[in-house]
This record gives sequence, structure tokens and C-alpha cells, in this order.
Amino acid sequence: MELLIKNGFVYDPQNKVNGEKMDIAIQNGRIVESVDPTKAVIIDASNMIVMPGGVDLHSHIAGAKVNAGRLLRPEDHYKDVEVKTPITRSGVGHSIPSTFTTGYRYARMGYTTVFEPATAPLKTLHTHEELNDIPILDKACFPLFGNNWIVMEYLKENRIEECAAYIAWMLNATKGYAIKIVNPGGVEAWGWGKGIKSLDDQVPYFGITPREILRGLCKVNRLLNLPHPIHVHCNNLGKPGNYRTTIETMDCVSDLATDDKPIMHVTHVQFTGYGGVDWASLASRADKIAKYVNAHRHVTIDLGQIIFTDTTTMTADGPFQYQLYLLTGNKWINSDVEAETGAGVVPMRYRRNNYAHAVMWAIGLELALLVKDPWRVFMTTDHPNGGPFTSYPRVISWLMSREVRRKILAKAPRLTRVRTNLSAIDREYTFYEIAIVTRAGTAKILGLKNKGHLGVGADADIAIYNINPTEIDPSKDYKKVRRAFRNTAYTIKDGEIVAKDGEITKASNGRTYWIKPEVPTDLMDAMKATLVEKFEDYYTVKLENYPIPERYLAQSTPVNIKANL
Amino acid sequence: MAEIKLTLKVTSNVPLDVGAISPNNFAGKSLEEIKSLDVWEGNHKARLDDFFEVEGEITPNVENLTILLHGNGSKFRKLGKAMSNGKILVDGPAGLYLGEEMTGGTITVNGEAGSWCGTRMKGGLIEVKGNAGDYIGASYRGSTEGMKGGTIIIHGNAGNDVGSWMQDGLIKIFGDVGQFAGVHLQNGTIYILGNSEGRVGAQMKNGKIIILGSVPAILPSFSFEEVRDKVKAGDEKVAGPFYVFSGDIVENGDGKLFISMKNNPHLKFLEKP
Repeated sequence: MELLIKNGFVYDPQNKVNGEKMDIAIQNGRIVESVDPTKAVIIDASNMIVMPGGVDLHSHIAGAKVNAGRLLRPEDHYKDVEVKTPITRSGVGHSIPSTFTTGYRYARMGYTTVFEPATAPLKTLHTHEELNDIPILDKACFPLFGNNWIVMEYLKENRIEECAAYIAWMLNATKGYAIKIVNPGGVEAWGWGKGIKSLDDQVPYFGITPREILRGLCKVNRLLNLPHPIHVHCNNLGKPGNYRTTIETMDCVSDLATDDKPIMHVTHVQFTGYGGVDWASLASRADKIAKYVNAHRHVTIDLGQIIFTDTTTMTADGPFQYQLYLLTGNKWINSDVEAETGAGVVPMRYRRNNYAHAVMWAIGLELALLVKDPWRVFMTTDHPNGGPFTSYPRVISWLMSREVRRKILAKAPRLTRVRTNLSAIDREYTFYEIAIVTRAGTAKILGLKNKGHLGVGADADIAIYNINPTEIDPSKDYKKVRRAFRNTAYTIKDGEIVAKDGEITKASNGRTYWIKPEVPTDLMDAMKATLVEKFEDYYTVKLENYPIPERYLAQSTPVNIKANL
Repeated sequence: MAEIKLTLKVTSNVPLDVGAISPNNFAGKSLEEIKSLDVWEGNHKARLDDFFEVEGEITPNVENLTILLHGNGSKFRKLGKAMSNGKILVDGPAGLYLGEEMTGGTITVNGEAGSWCGTRMKGGLIEVKGNAGDYIGASYRGSTEGMKGGTIIIHGNAGNDVGSWMQDGLIKIFGDVGQFAGVHLQNGTIYILGNSEGRVGAQMKNGKIIILGSVPAILPSFSFEEVRDKVKAGDEKVAGPFYVFSGDIVENGDGKLFISMKNNPHLKFLEKP
């Protein structure tokens, strides 16, 4: 099928196209130089914005804890119902939509690639079953390694190469895409009734510190040549005064950077940018974090912006979720995954008139506005922890309009204006910068060469928004911006129109990316010999039953990499 | 006063979502428009006049509008959903989720109401002449926001979990109730003239539950306070004497149970000198 998108205002930051009127030609699911206009389907995009399809690098859309959240919250489904159509299936869920609904809602907003950022390796089969059910989107998942017993043992003995072979084997076995580290050592320490308060606290029994885990896995990441750097959820998340830990975490790998390429992605930094000593004295330290990020090129961040709404928090950070349960008194789930990690789920309502929540809201936006280089800060809500992904249009309008930020601040508790810097920040994002933080930059940091841009050869994933950048002033007409980004005029996935004016027109299947590493056989065999014993000792499953066969993936798309081993 | 009469002509075997039937939705519409409103039969969308004969006079004023419903509504769901004014009179059973999220107006049922009657209501009056099911004036499953205001009067018996997570308002039940009346009660009043099957006020935080009939036992997490002669239920003064218990201690609650002394002689041992 051939498509020709005519006369749109194109924003393609990877190719430095900033709002120029251009035509985009599509053939066989790829962007090409030109197509025969008499044969192609013509889309008239005059007075509209054309951007690459959105790429979300951190959104909890599938897996065991997401499903546990669905089970925990029947009241979340009741509020938000999608009726079945001849093309789409019915579904429910405001903060944790069912799998099919997740795909449709993302596609309506112009997103075409979404990565699930935390899956316990042992439960990844479940994650893939759910990813298979999410229509339209291309996706992948990041297995958790920050509290894995076998990883901690290798790193303690400084056997980096064997650890790299083990992680290569695990990524292959679980069909994962990157190394995710959640509260390194902290979840395991909590299992022993202890806490990790700084990067140099030791994990009981294993005798290893978070610093050693982070540095070790960062080296492993380098050895394996993975497309995405280590994806880190810091220690002390959600505790007032934790901004120091965040900066220390970023700094602990700074000497490992050899070139300009980022080697660490620190995620949902809003939750780790707190000053103060308790919730009453909570203050924003986004400026300190932004200052560090501006001065160091080895680190990228994403926001984890919160939205004032009812949502469900879920992370692999069991101890944090326990703290949140104590704070809110809400119903909760907590779980331990043998030898690997933990997880927790707690419902949460963020309120504008709550001082702490208003400060959290301001911190997220400050981070986005104070980090100068938009290629190193990405827009997320850590769905569903900060708020459901359906609120992205809202976040975009906040980033683009000082006026709406001030309006919300004026209604927040007075101290919020004193203890945050948001009211003093005048910066407003342009459509070009929005395209970077929502698609171009995220595709680049995920190492997706065919995503996030509209150059020849790229996947034809395109979002067309019904808004004219020459006529509207996003700073004043923030409501129009929000409306335009809520539903695309057209969403195109692999060269086919999947959504038009907010209606799904085709519910195709998306790919699942996973890493297929090439590791020297002698190293792999040596590692496997010891792995059999460790599995016997640590796991309730047999090693042979652990790997997920490729046939379980609906549309398996392996990414071949060659390790430097 | 304008009246619109709906007569059920086809009975459905599957749930019939009639959330569109409310004075707010009917006011200002022509009869033709009313006939074309959506109802859901199971997962199929249908028109109102596929199931009902519609006749009567129309009015633009919600407060003057009365909807009369005839027929067996036991498969109805969400009748009078989110209504804020006007009246609904039902001749026959009224189904589940009657008056869900209503904020005002009156619903009168000359028959039985199903479960979840008045769930999350904020104002108005629901009066049921027959029996009612479980979860009267409750929250939705999993939610912590129950009935926030208004009055529910049941002339017959009610099932379990009356007023679960209720936050304000009054529920008055002339007949008997099942177990867990006022479970998770946050505030408001539950007034039961009949007997209870027990576990009254489990995990309540505040509010009061008055029981004139008998109760098998009081939960051990309640403590005896005093004997009182009378108590107020809404605007009504109820004569006792009553044993007054306070709890639920497991929730650090300060709710009050008023249990009739006359019908519960077996609770005398709880009375402290």
C-alpha cells in the first residue's frame, strides 16, 4: 500500500526538520523518497502537524503486577468503559486499562511504540502474553536485575564477564530488551528486614552495595553493547531529601563514560527529586538535579510527572510500596519473586490542594524545563504511577504554556510557590521540543534506528495532529493543544492508517523487540555450568523450564547484537 | 405537573441498562426524542421504544416531571441514574443499581428493589415499599466512597452489607437486615426497625447504627459505653432504652451502635456497672 501525506507542517527533530511544509511518501510500511501520486492514497494534512509516531520508554502496560493492580481495583474499571465496535474489542480501566484498550488509547494519541519498563524475569512469560494482546503498538520489556541473587554474587566476586554472559543468557531466555535496576539491593535488603539508605549500605548476606551493583551492571551493559543504557530507578525513591541519592547514583558511573553516549538512564526523577526532611518540609530540588544533568553528558532522565487524579501506583520497589501503604492506609499488594525482585501495588489519589502532591507536580515540570538539552529529558508519567498515560496531552500543554502552569499553581497551597521554583521559570516548549521529548529523543536513547524520525527508510509510524502551528499560540491556546494531542487526525502504523479522528480503523498486531546477544561459546558454556547448580539451589523451577521459547511471541523481532567479550 | 408513562412491553432475559430513564434526561425532549434514547440489552444497543410504550405529556422543567413505570423491571439496571430532580414512580420491581449516583428528586418503588440500591447517591429520596437486596447505599466494589447524602427508606427487609462505606445521609429499614449492616461506615445514620443477623458496624469509623430488633451478638471490638433513653435518627426521635457501644476499635473508630435493650436481654452481661 502506498500513502502520500501532503502539505503537513513536519516536525522531525532527528533530521532537523522544524515545522516545514513537506510531503511524506510511504511504501510497504517504510518512508520512501517519493511515490506515484496517481496510485497512492493521498492524506491532506494541510493545517496539520505531522510527527513521527510517539515512542514511550517507560509505561507499565503489561505484566504480573499490572494485572494484580487490575484485580485489586474493580472501582478503577467501573469509571471508564470502552464499548466494542466492529473493529475494536471492549475494555475497561482508567489507570490500568485492559490490554486491548491500552493499545487503542495509545494509538489514538499518536503513540506507536511503548516499552514496559519492569518485569520480574520469572514472570516475563506473563508479560509477553499481555504484550501479545496489546494491538497496534510495537513493544518490548525490560527484565529486572538490580536485586537478582546470581547477579549480586557475580558482582561481589567481580566476575564481570561471567555476569555479562549470564545477563546475555537471561535477556535471551526472557526475551527482554534492556537492563532494569530498581532500588539496587534495597528490595533484597528489605527481605532481610533491613533498609538501604545510601549507596554504600551493604545488602545483608550478599555483602554488596548499591554502588557496586550499579557500576557492575553499567560495565555489563557496555560489554554486551546493548542498545539502551542501564535503566535505573534510584534508592530512597519517594523519601523527602532523596535528591542527594539521585545525584550520587548519577555520579557513581560518571568515570565509566568514554564518549558522549549516555550510559545511564535515570527514570521517573520526579519521585527522587525531593528536598526537606519530612513530608511537611518537602521541597523541590529539581534545580540541583537539572544542574547535574546539564553538566554531565553520560546521563538521561525522564519525568514521572504526576497528574491530579485517581491512579494506581505499582513498582518492583516493594519497600517503597510498603511505605506508601503506611502513608495512605489504602489497600495494598506486596510480593516477593524468588531470587529476583519484589513488587507492590497501592491505589493513590493525587490532589491539587495537598501540599506534598502539589510540590511533586511542580518538580516534574521543573525538571523538564530546567534541563537545557531536550534530547536528554523525556516526557513520561511513569504510567500509572504518576497518572495514566491518557493524560500526556495535559502534560504537553503544561510544558508549552506558562499561563496554565501559573493558573494551577495559584490554586495550589501557598507554600508550594515558596518551596518550588516553577513560578519563576518562563521557558515554554515548542512543538519541535515536544517532538523530541515524546518521540525523537526516546527512540534515540532506546537505540531504535527506524523509529522516532521520518527520514527515508524509517518505519512509517506517523502521527498527524489537527492543529496549525502558524495560527495558534500554544502559550495561550493550551486547551486547543490538549484537544489536538488527545486524538490524532490520523495515526499511521507501518504504513497503514490505524486511527482517524479518534476512531480506531485497524487493529493490527505490533512487534515485540528483544535482544539476541552473541556471546563467545566457551564463556557461555562455563557460565551455564555454574548456572545449573545455582538454579538447583535458588529456584523452584528447573533451568530447562525457565526460558521462554520464541514461538510465544506474537510477532517476534529479535535485535542481534555482538558482545565485546 | 407533567407525567410520562412507560409501559414495559417486552421482557428481556438479560440485563437491561435503562440508565437513560431519568427526569433529567427526559425534560425538554419531545416524545420522539425520548423514544429514541439508548438502552442496552446485554451488549446490544437498542432504542427505548423497543422495550417500552411511551405516552404522556412533556415538559421542559425537570422539577415538574414524573415518570411512571409499569411492568416487571427485575432485569433493569441503573434506573434513574444520576437524576437530580423530578420523580420516578415504579409499579413493580425496579432491578439493580436503582438511583445510582442520584443527587436529588424522588424514586418510589411499589415493589422490590434489587441489590446496590442508591449506590453512591448524594441526595434525594429512594423509597421502596417491598424488600431490597444487598449493598443498599453502598460503594462500588473496591471503592471507599459510598453514599454521601440523601435518604433511602425500605419498608420490607434488606440483605447484607447495608450502607457499606457510607459517608453521610440516612438509611431507614422497617424490616430485618442480613449481616454486616454498616460495614466500614464512615458517617451517617442507619436505622433498622427489625432484627439484624449480626456483625453490625464491622470496621466502622464514625456514624451511628440504631437497631430496634434483636442482634445475635456484638463484635468484640466494640466497647460498652452507657444506657441511653432515646436517640435521633435524622429528624426523628427514637425512644429506647438502648445499649450504646462504641467502635470499631480495630479501625480506631468512634462510631456508635444503639441496640434496643428490650429485645436484646442476652446482651446484659456486656453492661458494666
